[in-house]
Amino acid sequence: MKNTERTTVMTAGALLGVFSVLLVYFGNPANMGFCIACFIRDFTGSLQFQTKAGVQYARPEILGLILGSFLISSIKKEFSPRGGSSTMLRFFISVFVMIGALVFLGCPARMWLRIAGGDLNAVVGLVGYILGIGVGAIFLNKGFSLGRAYLQKKTEGSIGIVVTIALVLVVLFVPSLLINSSKAYAPAVLSLVLALILGGVAQRSRLCTVGSFRDFFLFRDTTLLTGSLMILLTAFIGNIITGNFHLGFANQPIAHTEALWNILGLFVVGFGSVLIGGCPLRQLILAGEGNTDSMVCILGLATGAALAHNFGLASSSAGTTSAGRIAVLLGIAFLFVIAGTVRKEVVHAN
Amino acid sequence: MQIDTRGLSCPQPVIETKKVLDTKVEQATVLVDTIAAKENVSRYAKAAKYSVEVNETSDGWSLELHKL
Repeated sequence: MKNTERTTVMTAGALLGVFSVLLVYFGNPANMGFCIACFIRDFTGSLQFQTKAGVQYARPEILGLILGSFLISSIKKEFSPRGGSSTMLRFFISVFVMIGALVFLGCPARMWLRIAGGDLNAVVGLVGYILGIGVGAIFLNKGFSLGRAYLQKKTEGSIGIVVTIALVLVVLFVPSLLINSSKAYAPAVLSLVLALILGGVAQRSRLCTVGSFRDFFLFRDTTLLTGSLMILLTAFIGNIITGNFHLGFANQPIAHTEALWNILGLFVVGFGSVLIGGCPLRQLILAGEGNTDSMVCILGLATGAALAHNFGLASSSAGTTSAGRIAVLLGIAFLFVIAGTVRKEVVHAN
Repeated sequence: MQIDTRGLSCPQPVIETKKVLDTKVEQATVLVDTIAAKENVSRYAKAAKYSVEVNETSDGWSLELHKL
């Protein structure tokens, strides 16, 4: 049983690594075969929630991941509309998770892909990510909880899926409805198909980049961690083969070298993701299973992305912005307040 | 001892289970309502040397843990 779970999560990690290398080879930005933060951000641009040229494109990967999870969870009868666990808090935590990711320049999945491409700034970021998860784990152990989710109506759980399917149809058949100012993207059908497969496997395996370290800290359980390490290993091998491995700090693609802010950006992502029960990738998968709280998290991530570009919080290759640095510090303060004040109800009874 | 973890996000079902198993109880019943929680609690209980018996309930599963 344990070995099967480990094999499935390793498969999911390996597919994420291999697919990422393929998507970069076929046109996605460097070290960005998958980046949940960047792609949700690009999606907000395609809908003109933010208008920064170059980062506006309805990334089919986001839709594919949600739908892949939806399809497999429906087949396996695991689709179950659930929600109502501190939905507003989850929304605002997600806003800051996105801001942290855009100050670092990538979600945790892209952090692994950047490391696999030789970007040492992402190794620095990993330190912040692990620290953030560690702090989150301490609060979990002390009794932090956003409270229970409850069964929801089918319509409530399905609306996000219906919108996702509608967006797939738009992307495939009337893409001109949406803004596309991105210069780097793989063919939409390829992106969609690979994401569908990955979404399905990720649903089966519960692959989660935040759970990787969290479960190790809390229970010395390395099941999920092996999945993350497989992302690193397969993308590293793939990058060597395709000539996309360049070791160093300087001149890395879509990255900056400000160590402190790489650390603090991913600290916010790690800490916040522990509080909402999963990394951005995992939220997409949970949304596909009918988790309405995760759907709201996606909307929070999207809102954070729009704010980040409309107010100049997002970093660029040139570095961070002062507004972005202030937003990260605010995010850290916000997360500590939430983590320190929201407690669980009694769950033990004799 | 019954532990009701229904509706809690990952990894709280396992944390609550761990807290109880850490007191070396002979037996515990854990209520879960997602497959991820069912798998995670089962995996933790087995690692902590408890047998796990899974029973379906109206809104999820009831896991019977017994010390081995």
